[in-house]
Parts: sequence; C-alpha cells; structure tokens
Amino acid sequence: MIRHGRQATLQLRLGDDWFTVCDAARLQPGRGAAALLPDGRQAALFLDRDGRAYAIDNRDPFTGASVLSRGLLGSASGRTFVASPLLKQRFDLESGVCLDDEGVTVRAYEVRVGNGE
Amino acid sequence: MPDATPEAMPATTTGARSAGTAGATSAGTAGATSSTPGTRPTLLLVGHGMVGQRFLEALVERGVTDSHHVVVLCEEPRPAYDRVHLTSYFEGKGADELSLTPGGFMDTHGIELRLGERAERIDREARTVTGGSGRVYAYDTLVLATGSYPFVPPVPGKDAEGCFVYRTIEDLEAIEAYAKGAGRGAVVGGGLLGLEAAGALKGLGLATRIVEFAPRLMPAQVDEGGGAALLRTIERMGLTVHTGAGTEAVVTDEDGRVSGMRLTDGSELPTDLVVFSAGVRPRDQLAREAGLKVGERGGISVDEECRTSDPAVFAIGECAQTVDGKVYGLVAPGYAMAEAAADAIAGFPGSFTGADMSTKLKLLGVDVASFGDAHGTAEGCLDVVYADSRSGTYKKLVMDPEGVLLGGVLVGDAEAYGMLRPLTGSVPPVAPEQLVLPAGAGGPVKLGPDALPDDAIICSCHNVTKGQICACGTLPEVKQCTKAGTGCGSCVKTILQLLPQTGDKGLCGCFSYTRAELYEIVKVKRITSYARLLDEHGREEARGGEGCEICKPTFASVLASLAPAIGADGYVLEGEQAALQDTNDHFLANMQRNGSYSIVPRIPGGEITPEKLIVIGEVARDFGLYTKITGGQRIDLFGARSDQLPAIWTRLVAAGFESGHAYGKALRTVKSCVGQTWCRYGVQDSVRMAIDLELRYRGLRAPHKLKSAVSGCARECAEAQSKDFGVIATASGWNLYVGGNGGMTPRHADLLAQDLTDAELIRLIDRFLMFYIRTADRLERTASWLERLEGGLDHLREVIVEDSLGICEELESLMAAHVAGYRDEWAETLQDPERLARFESFVNAPGTPDPTVRFVAERDQMKPDLAVLIPEGALTTR
Ligand SMILES: Cc1cc2nc3c(=O)[nH]c(=O)nc-3n(C[C@H](O)[C@H](O)[C@H](O)COP(=O)(O)OP(=O)(O)OC[C@H]3O[C@@H](n4cnc5c(N)ncnc54)[C@H](O)[C@@H]3O)c2cc1C
Repeated sequence: MIRHGRQATLQLRLGDDWFTVCDAARLQPGRGAAALLPDGRQAALFLDRDGRAYAIDNRDPFTGASVLSRGLLGSASGRTFVASPLLKQRFDLESGVCLDDEGVTVRAYEVRVGNGE
Repeated sequence: MPDATPEAMPATTTGARSAGTAGATSAGTAGATSSTPGTRPTLLLVGHGMVGQRFLEALVERGVTDSHHVVVLCEEPRPAYDRVHLTSYFEGKGADELSLTPGGFMDTHGIELRLGERAERIDREARTVTGGSGRVYAYDTLVLATGSYPFVPPVPGKDAEGCFVYRTIEDLEAIEAYAKGAGRGAVVGGGLLGLEAAGALKGLGLATRIVEFAPRLMPAQVDEGGGAALLRTIERMGLTVHTGAGTEAVVTDEDGRVSGMRLTDGSELPTDLVVFSAGVRPRDQLAREAGLKVGERGGISVDEECRTSDPAVFAIGECAQTVDGKVYGLVAPGYAMAEAAADAIAGFPGSFTGADMSTKLKLLGVDVASFGDAHGTAEGCLDVVYADSRSGTYKKLVMDPEGVLLGGVLVGDAEAYGMLRPLTGSVPPVAPEQLVLPAGAGGPVKLGPDALPDDAIICSCHNVTKGQICACGTLPEVKQCTKAGTGCGSCVKTILQLLPQTGDKGLCGCFSYTRAELYEIVKVKRITSYARLLDEHGREEARGGEGCEICKPTFASVLASLAPAIGADGYVLEGEQAALQDTNDHFLANMQRNGSYSIVPRIPGGEITPEKLIVIGEVARDFGLYTKITGGQRIDLFGARSDQLPAIWTRLVAAGFESGHAYGKALRTVKSCVGQTWCRYGVQDSVRMAIDLELRYRGLRAPHKLKSAVSGCARECAEAQSKDFGVIATASGWNLYVGGNGGMTPRHADLLAQDLTDAELIRLIDRFLMFYIRTADRLERTASWLERLEGGLDHLREVIVEDSLGICEELESLMAAHVAGYRDEWAETLQDPERLARFESFVNAPGTPDPTVRFVAERDQMKPDLAVLIPEGALTTR
C-alpha cells in the first residue's frame, strides 16, 4: 500500500521480483480490477480514495469464484476492506484476513507504485 | 520578505506556467467579448482557494458546468487545498493530502483550470480579464474569490530575510526551510492564526514567543478572563507570550537577516525568524481598480446574491463585504456565499444575509468557544463566571437582567457549547451557575436538549424553535415542515436528540441517518458526490474514510432517483457514481455463483415479436448461454463472462432491446395478461397499459426492486395483487392496488383507488412510487414499508390522493423529470470505449478470458462447472 504519482506503474511482489501489472491510472478509486499473474493465479487490485494501492488474491474463498476484484471498498475502524460481491464477506486489504470470519485469510500481496522498468 | 500589498503575494511569482490556449483569446485580440468555445456562455472564476473550489462544486451540483464554459484562474501553483488545516502540513500531511480538488474533477466537468495565472486587470466594458501571462479571458459572468492577504504592519525591517507570513503552502515550505538554521522564532499576533503559527514553530523545534498588541490572547474571540486561562495553558506548553506590546521594528544583523525584535514597550527580544500573523485584509485590489464598489474598510461590496455593483460580477469568500456590512474571515460563511452565488447563476433562489460568528475551535489542543454577545456589550448585562486556573478552564455566560442568556465564552472545556448556543436568547431552564460549574460541584451531570425551553432556537439558519421541531416525528418531517437542519446542518444532531428515540436507526457504520433522511439531505443540499456526503454528514468516525458496501450503493440509488431534479447526471456509471455501484449495477448484469453474469433484456408487458425472439435465441446460441423464462415474462440468458457482455449487448441493442434492469434496485417488469384484445373476459387493454407503465417507470432506481402487473379483468391472471403496484381492469377504468408481495413473506396488495381513468391511474402511481422512494428504508419493499408507515393505508391515501402534505406536485415533477431523463444504460455504455474497458477480465491482459469461468453440459444446455471452484491454495485456514 503505497501512495502513487501520476504516470506510475503498479507492481506486485512475487517472491524476490516485482511484477509490473499496469498503469496505476487504470484503476478507479473505490473499485478494483483483476490481474492475471504469471503462474495463472489472479490478483485483485484496488485503489482507495487517498490513492493507496492494495492487492489480494482475487478468489473468494467462500464461493471459489474469482470475483473479489469486483467488490466494493469500504473502511471500518481504520481498516480498508473489500466486500465480496457474492456473499458480502469483507476482507481486510492489508492482511487479507476476513473480517467476518477471522479463520479465513486470502493472500495479500505487497504492492508498490514505481516508474516502471 | 512579505509585502502588505496584494501585488506581491508570495505565491504569485512561483510556478507560473502557461497551460493550453483553449478558451482564452490571445493578448493580441484583447477586447473580444464572444464567449469561447462554442456557444455556451463563459463563467470565469478568479481565485481557486477554499471558497472557489466549493463554488465550482456548487456549480456542478446545479448543472451550470454543462450550461456554461467554466474557466478558473488560479494564482497559486496548485489547485485549491485545505487552508484551514494548513498547519497539518508540518505534521507530515503532503500537499496532496491537503488538496480539496478531487483528481479528475476539472476534466470530468469540463472545467478549464489555469494554474499559476493571476488576474491582473478587469475590463468590465469589454468583459475581459487579463492574466499575468498576458492572455485575455472573455467572460459573460465573472466571479471573484480572491480571499485575503496577511496584514503586515509597516515596521522597519519587515522585509528582512527571515520574515514570513502564514497563508500558503509555499509560505510553510519557506518557514520550514529557514527554521532548519534557526533556534528561536517569534509570532506577531496572538489571534487564532497567530496561535496556530506559534504551535507550528514550536513543532519545528524553535523556542517560540508570541507578541500580541492587545492586552490578551485571541482578543476577537474571547474576553479577558478567557484570554488569561488560555495564556496559562499556553505558557504551560513552553511558549512565551507578550501581551499589550506592539512591534516597533524587526532588528537585523549585518547580513540583513532577522536577529531580533524591538517592542513598543521598549523591550528587545532576540529571534532568528518572525512570522507576521496580525490579521488579514480582503484582496479587493482587482475589483477596486475596475471601479467596483468596495466597503469603507475594504471588501468587495455584494448584495444578498453575492453580486457586486456590476450585475455580471460576483464576489464570494474572504474578499467580499456582505449585505450585513461584514467581511467574514471564516470558511463556513464563505461556503454559504459560494452556494448563494451558484444559486443565483443557476437561477435558483438563494441568498446570503449574514452568518453566525459563533465558533468552537481546538487551538494547540485547547478547546475554545465563543457565541452570541461574548464580550457582554449589551447594556446592563451581567456575567456568570467560573474560572479554574489549575485546569485552565474558564467559562463565562452573559445574561440580561431578566436572566436571558446573551452569549458566552468557554476555554479549556467547551463541551457545553452545543447546548448553550441554542439557549442563547432564552431564559435557561436551570440556574445559570449550574450551566458553568463542573459536574459534581453543583453543575448538572449533563444537560441534554430535553432541558431546553420550547422557544429555544435550535436551527439558527431558519429560526426554528425546539417546540416546532418536537411537533414533528421524524427528521424528514422536521425538514419538510420547518426547514430546520436544511441550512448549515449543524443542528441536525440536536434535532435527532429531540425526536423520539428508537435506538440507532442509522443506515450503516458510516451514517447515523436512515436512507430516507439521506434522501432529504442529498435533495436539499444537492449533494452529488459521495465523498462530500460522507465527509459532511457521515458519523464522525467514518468521515474521511472509504465508506462501505451498504451506503455507497444506497447513495448511488438516491442520486439516480434525484439526478434530474438536482442537476446531476442520471447515467449510473458516470464518473464517481460508477465506483459506488454494486457489482451488478457496475456491470449492468447479474452476477451468478461462478462469477459469470446473466442478462435480461427488457420485454415490456411480456409482448415480443418473433423477430426479437429469434435474436435472443441466436445470441444465446452464439455465445453459448443458458436460457430460461423468468417469472416476470422475460427471458434470462445465463453464463456470460464480463468480457462478453459488450459484444452480447451490441447485438441486442442493434435488434432494439434495452436494459431490463434485472440487476438494479429498479423497476423490473410489468407483467400482463393478454387482455380485452384477445380474451373473451377482458374488459380493458391490459397489455397496452402494462407496456405504457413499464416504459414510463423503466430505469427508476428505488430502495428495492419494484414489480408490477396489469390484469384485464377481475379474474386477475397477471397476479397484480402480489405486486408492489398492481392494476386490475374494471368496466369503467382501473383499480390500483399497492404494497403487494410474493416471495418469502407474501402480502396481498391493498386497494388504493377505484375506477381510475388512464391519466388518473398514472398520476397516482407517479406519486406512490416517488413517495415510497423518498421515505422507505434501504432494501425495504413497498409491502413492509406500507406496514411500517404510521397510519398505514389511510395515511398513504391522505398524502398521495388528498395531498395532505402538499407534496404531490413535487412528487409528480420528480417523476416527470425521471421520465424525460431516461436513457438506455446499455446503449449509452456501448458508445464509450473507455467505459467498455472495465468489462475486460484482466487489466494486464485485455482479451484474455477468465479461465475459472467454465461450464459443463446438462439437459442440452450448459451450467457452471463447480469443480474449478473447489477451494485450493488461495485459502489458508489459521
Ligand atoms: C493557518 C490558517 C488556519 C485557518 N483556520 C481556520 C479555521 O479554523 N476556521 C475557519 O473558518 N477558517 C480558518 N482559516 C481561514 C480560512 O482558511 C479562510 O476563511 C478561507 O480559506 C477563505 O477562502 P477563500 O477562497 O475566500 O480564500 P483563499 O482560500 O485564500 O483563496 C483565495 C485564492 O485566490 C487566489 N487569488 C487571489 N487573487 C488572485 C488573482 N488576482 N488571480 C488569481 N488568483 C487569485 C489566491 O492565491 C488564493 O489561492 C484559516 C486560515 C489559515 C491561513
């Protein structure tokens, strides 16, 4: 979760590498977008209203559908979350922890907004 | 460094850069009066500060950015930012965080912003303004929002290196840089701003002194006792205060840098840096030179609409002298002026006649409040004072000889402010000492609004008393009947406390209002931005946050139903609105369990030609969709990936289909039987009526989905009595039933009116739907709404048949605006390639379908392949 400048690209940390996804400007604050990762997994990327970027796994563990990127962002007690569009469970965007069922976690990725390589 | 003349404001010389040429005539064609570009009139705003930005937002809310070409000259190198919280720049808030201008705001609304461009001259005859770049800008309407400049007393040395003012981000940057090589700082001025600047210098690690000419701190706001309490607390923080002393000269060393100050009492103090914070003066120079009328002590004279002596020129904010003869140095009155000017320009009624100067602030961590006649200037008035220098608390109430509360000052503990301000002008219900003593020392533990007398003014904007408010039952009623709470809104909390309590009826964790209350707020305040609603009307702890998945779509829905009436865009995926929609509204389709979508084209009344049926069949076949007939006489196509939706809808739109809004909290279907045309029992043409109704109400956003049906005779084959509004033909017209429901809790609809003509029927349904949209809770179907409605069906009948509240005309006109503004969402979406980008499965791999959306065969069609959905690595259980 990093503040981004204008023409910056959004990158995810995969192991030791940074994977460039897209221009940060492609994301609309308050909404998400899905990215296809090299290993076939999907990440859900989000920007909050302050322009911070987040990434978690796109798969909704409760239904198995790859839809978290299509949920709505919200915040409660200072934590930014996405609510799954299917059954509305909320996931903390920094840790991936489900706020409605703490036993369930989705993977959270480190994100940075850089100038692209 | 600083100069007292507006010509040499610090921001004017930095960052000036020319931007584009559109909208401006070049220097060579000075005198051009045509409005460019196009035929829309040009509105030119000079000054993009706090009030300027609020003014632009008010223009957007009133649709003026559509009817006018809006150009903004902004002297500073960056768009408007939060000057009130300027000091937090030193606490690490960057310029971005202080910004008041949402990214994309100017582009979205077609506003031309010219950064670093200062207006130098107004030619009122030619209606042009010349900028510092030499460009000439033509205008039809000119709005001046040039704010104030810091007053710097004309003392020797005031321009030395090490002298600063405290107004812009550049000022703070300069102070911060200079402070690195300094150990001591001094602030000239012990008012609101001076204390703030002093706190900032202390935060930068400087040993800080405050020099105030008046005998006490904050002379404008607090009295002597209050100033003394403040003084003690501030000194305890390690600041040094000199009151009753003016600045005679700034002393400099041989390099011309500040080394000290000489005071009028003869004393001399060493300092490395001086910040002048001795008040502000309106920036009226530009207007003065253009021959506009200005006040005796400065400020551009304006009338109630904020119009200057030239009807084509307005002035708002700190640069204006308003009809009450005052120049307001606070932001809230400036905002009210921005709204008044925007109203005048948009042709709405609105005025600014003055503002309450009562304030409550936190300065250097100390609560300070003053209200009413804080200085006790009224003849024969008496004080009740409580002071405790140990805790730095000071409270004073000013009363007249009859015991009427006139005003007061609170320092150190301003908790009672919310209660005392409305009591002003009345005799308090308890002995005055009880109002100032701390709890346990004879003071009331907590005096709630219950203790207020009936004639206490609660809403000072509209002069509404407690008694008038208590005569109403709910907040929307209060606003409608008394207008209380519809001005600045600061009394809404007190109003809610006065109304009967039934626990927290708030919509969600972000809002303590119900959906119906938010509807009224959005309507009355013409709020078209979710962020604004949240930051101004959200629960304290939710302001500035993201909001949540409950209130965002609720606001989007309210906005969609009010859009035409408040001048917002009704297209549900417009700008910020898109980010608020539930996924179904966002993709204009219904998400199914594997993340695929289903599609329901509108088939009004269930009537469809063979050609259209064939198109549906072909589309389903070509895209491999599962098809099923719905309960609402339509056809649902399942299993589309999001990236297929545009191609599918391109074909459907080409064949004449429109969105069926199966994805929205909106009108779904108006079911019908075949009616008189074919049926031997039919007494009216139910199909025609169903089609008429469906086309009239299509796209109407509501608290929940809306279903309807029309039956051609009393046999009721269309099952109209199980619908939100159902129509049954009679020999002489139509009977209207409302509040029916099928589903989980079936409810038979109630007969609202009988034997209506076509026109009467439609008028009544218009009113019914709009009244429901206005007053229902989120996700409350008409059936439960009607059950909850106090007075039930009889009350409903009084309101929408007999017009007991006098709102029917408004309800009808809201519906008329909806009908006139209807556009097919899918056709509109397809027209814009940018909007189509969001349907791609992956931002980084356009054209790649989502591999997890897979299907297997069943009964000659396809169904979701659940095997690919079975949990795997992504889920870790702790
Ligand atoms: C440190 C600080 C703390 C404050 N705290 C509070 C508070 O707690 N509560 C409160 O109510 N108020 C507070 N205020 C006052 C508040 O900031 C002002 O009331 C408010 O900013 C006024 O808005 P405005 O748009 O009229 O003026 P400004 O915000 O000053 O904006 C005017 C803009 O016009 C530009 N301009 C001027 N002339 C020209 C020209 N010829 N061409 C182009 N552009 C021009 C200026 O550069 C400026 O950007 C505070 C102010 C400061 C500095």
